Amino acid sequence: MTDPRGPRFAAAVTTVVMVAVLLTGSGWLALAQAAVFALTAAQPRLGPYGLLFRTLLAPRLGRPAELEPLAPVRFAQAVGFVFAAVATLGYLLGSPLTGAIAAAFALAAAFLNAAFGLCLGCELFLAYRRLTGRPLAARVPTS
Amino acid sequence: MDQTGLIVAGVALLAATAYGVVHRRRAGRVRAVSAPDDLVLPLLADLGVPPGQVTLLQFSSAFCAPCRATRVVCAEAARTTPGVAHVEVDAEHRLDAVRALDIWKTPTVLIVDAQGRIAGRAQGAPTRAQVLAAVAPLLPAAPTEEKA
Repeated sequence: MTDPRGPRFAAAVTTVVMVAVLLTGSGWLALAQAAVFALTAAQPRLGPYGLLFRTLLAPRLGRPAELEPLAPVRFAQAVGFVFAAVATLGYLLGSPLTGAIAAAFALAAAFLNAAFGLCLGCELFLAYRRLTGRPLAARVPTS
Repeated sequence: MDQTGLIVAGVALLAATAYGVVHRRRAGRVRAVSAPDDLVLPLLADLGVPPGQVTLLQFSSAFCAPCRATRVVCAEAARTTPGVAHVEVDAEHRLDAVRALDIWKTPTVLIVDAQGRIAGRAQGAPTRAQVLAAVAPLLPAAPTEEKA
C-alpha cells in the first residue's frame, strides 16, 4: 500500500520530462525516463520520483487520507516503460517521428494521471485481456 | 527546439485533457439497460447474484485503483439498504462473463433487479447517491419512516 499522492507526483514529474523529450527530441532523455519507469515498475520503493516525494514533499504534507494498492501503479509504470523504450529506439535509431509518437502516448498517459488521477493503462487492461486472453482453462488431470 | 515535437506534445496534451474531462463527467453514471436479456440469467446466478435481491454486481481487477472506492460505496449501500446485495467479481478470472456481459473497463457495476435482470450499468466509480438512486426504483415500495 502506498500514499496515492506519491504516484501522482511522479506522474507530474514524468509529464514534464516527456514534454522535454518531445521539445528536445533527445533519445538519451527518453532512455533516462525509460530507466525510471523500469526501476519503478520492478521496485516501486526505489522509484526515484517516489523517493523525491517521500523525502522532500511527504514530510511537509499531512498524512494521506487513504492508501492505494501498488499493483495498479506497477502496471502503469510497466506500460510507461514500453512507450518510453519505443521512443528511445525511435530517436536513437534515426526515426524521430516514431520516437515522438511513442513519447506522446507516454506524455498523454502521465498527464491524465497527474491532472485527473486517471490510470489509462489500468483502464485499458481489461480490454486488452478481453481481446487476447482466453478464459482460464479448467485443470485437467495429466494422463 | 523540435517543431514536430512541439506540435505532437500539444496534440497529446489536448487529447488527454478532452479524454479526462469526458471521463470524469461519465464516471459512475448509471445508464439504464433498455432490453433486459433473459439469456444471462444462469450466468448471473453462476457469478453469485442472489435471487430475490437487487444486486450491485461489481467487476474489478487488480490493476484498478477506483475499484476500491467502488467496493466501499457498493458494500455500504448493501449494508444500509435492505434488499440490496453487493457481489464483486474478479474480471480477469471470469473473462467468459466479461465477454458475455460486454464489460470493457473496471470498475463496471451492473445493477441487477430482484428478477435477475440487468436494469442498469455504471462504468467508473459511482457515488453513494448514484448507487442509491439506481437501486431505489427497483426496490419494493417500503413504508416511509418519515415522521409526520
